[in-house]
Amino acid sequence: MPGITREEVAHLARLARLELKDEELDHFATQLDDIIGAVARVSDVADEDVPPTSHPLPLTNVMRSDDVRPSLTPQEALSGAPAQEQQRFKVPQILGED
Amino acid sequence: MTDLIKLTAAEIAAKIASGEVTAVQVTEAHLARIEAVDEKVHAFLHVDREGALAQAREVDAKRERGEKLGPLAGVPLALKDIFTTKGIPTTVGSKILEGWIPPYDATLTRKLKEADVVILGKTNMDEFAMGSSTENSAYGPTGNPWDLTKIPGGSGGGSSAALASYEAPLAIGTDTGGSIRQPAAVTGTVGVKPTYGAVSRYGMVAFSSSLDQGGPCARTVLDAALLHEAIAGHDPLDSTSIDAPVPPVVEAARNGDVKGMRVGVVKQFRGEGYQAGVLQRFDESVELLKELGAEVVEVDCPSFDLALAAYYLIAPSECSSNLARFDAMRYGLRVGDDGTKSAEEVTALTREAGFGDEVKRRVILGTYALSSGYYDAYYGSAQKVRTLITRDFEKAFGEGGVDVLISPTTPTTAFPIGERADDPMAMYLADLCTIPTNLAGNAAMSLPCGLAPEDGMPVGLQIIAPAMADDRLYRVGAAVEAAFNARWGHPLLEEAPSL
Repeated sequence: MPGITREEVAHLARLARLELKDEELDHFATQLDDIIGAVARVSDVADEDVPPTSHPLPLTNVMRSDDVRPSLTPQEALSGAPAQEQQRFKVPQILGED
Repeated sequence: MTDLIKLTAAEIAAKIASGEVTAVQVTEAHLARIEAVDEKVHAFLHVDREGALAQAREVDAKRERGEKLGPLAGVPLALKDIFTTKGIPTTVGSKILEGWIPPYDATLTRKLKEADVVILGKTNMDEFAMGSSTENSAYGPTGNPWDLTKIPGGSGGGSSAALASYEAPLAIGTDTGGSIRQPAAVTGTVGVKPTYGAVSRYGMVAFSSSLDQGGPCARTVLDAALLHEAIAGHDPLDSTSIDAPVPPVVEAARNGDVKGMRVGVVKQFRGEGYQAGVLQRFDESVELLKELGAEVVEVDCPSFDLALAAYYLIAPSECSSNLARFDAMRYGLRVGDDGTKSAEEVTALTREAGFGDEVKRRVILGTYALSSGYYDAYYGSAQKVRTLITRDFEKAFGEGGVDVLISPTTPTTAFPIGERADDPMAMYLADLCTIPTNLAGNAAMSLPCGLAPEDGMPVGLQIIAPAMADDRLYRVGAAVEAAFNARWGHPLLEEAPSL
């Protein structure tokens, strides 16, 4: 399987919302290439006819009745907010100006 | 008062219940110990002196009122900084949560309080539990009390170091790939990863949700069992919590016995990369089990050879998704919000400033493994490996007729701080023997089996049981512990240098 290039790492970092510095890109690209080279061994089983396991428990949806129960107050819920206004989380601009 | 810190949790609870000592005296002794040695060890990120003393006073008041005390009432505990604690900082070892004060308790925190356990503070850890040395903490490394220049294991190195330095008789860890068992092994303490779903994950900061499991850390097998019983059980707030009775772990720990048991030695867990002294102590453990009346057989688990590779695709994939919640909008760090930048730019700048190298590596690796074009080859194959590993376990415990499997917990003893800090692949090898259990979701324990002759550092014996048979770990562990203590004339930890 192919390794990973510096450009790919830069692309992945953008997808993952990580504003990496140039020297980090160089460093991580080398390390990630090594790691991917090592973990690519799993493809040995790619053609085996076995079902995938995503979770150790046989999961089914767990539902509860839709009752009103005690929960955090607005003040508690906002207690860790970097910025707040009028009992809401205040965030930087999300949509473009134009 | 010094001897109070050397007592086991069971002894402390008995002395408090009988009125021989007060919970306040016990708590003060441990706070004094932390005061005296933690500058060197750095096991704690936060010591909650007032909260601990208030909880201890409450236990003493309950006793005076004649109320019945639980089996761990008044016993001090060191809590890994991954569990939320209402009103007490919770950082997960990361700058991105520096100064965050959770408005709620994790279910595990609540259960500890209900059991009248005294929470001394929050312990150091690799950032977001990613690591095997605690060097990835944003708040500096923790020293191994056996040799402060060496790592105490990770990610729960603060918890294991607190136990080994007598700062606390009990601690809590979380185990995604070995983060309870590997620190226990390298510090000469006991750690248990319960069956997946046994201990609620509500309020435990998520790293890899299909693998993460909280569990007990202690200096003795019985103490671990008492703590296990206190924290396990069904929780409606965690949809992956098992709705079944907790296995009889305390009863098993009080009745250690391996006579007539079939113990499997995993063939895959030795060879290249294993330290000679580790294998020597492991082989002695095998002989000991035979002397104690167990039948020992070799078990072949061929898929285990692919476990590490599968883990380093599955865990980063899940972490890249889980850590998306750290977006600088609702809590935690926010960087670069100067009124000119978009929310997206602020998120990216904050994550750059708030996450350390290992977290960034894993987020990128997970994003890669889950991207279209690579998904089937990497994540899809890793999930198949997970099935094959589960089948290897089922075969051993099923047609193989094995009651428990054993192996060294780690290939080597504690390595020097700094040695593998910027070599991720070398660091990952520390979890070689512990990972298969996380992938399959069953239970495992690490307990001390001696010191490696070449470096005098502790070696851990791993015992693995089927899911929901956690009690077997304690039955076998208690027998091994008693036999080793009789042979050594004292618990292994007494050979650790005084700090």
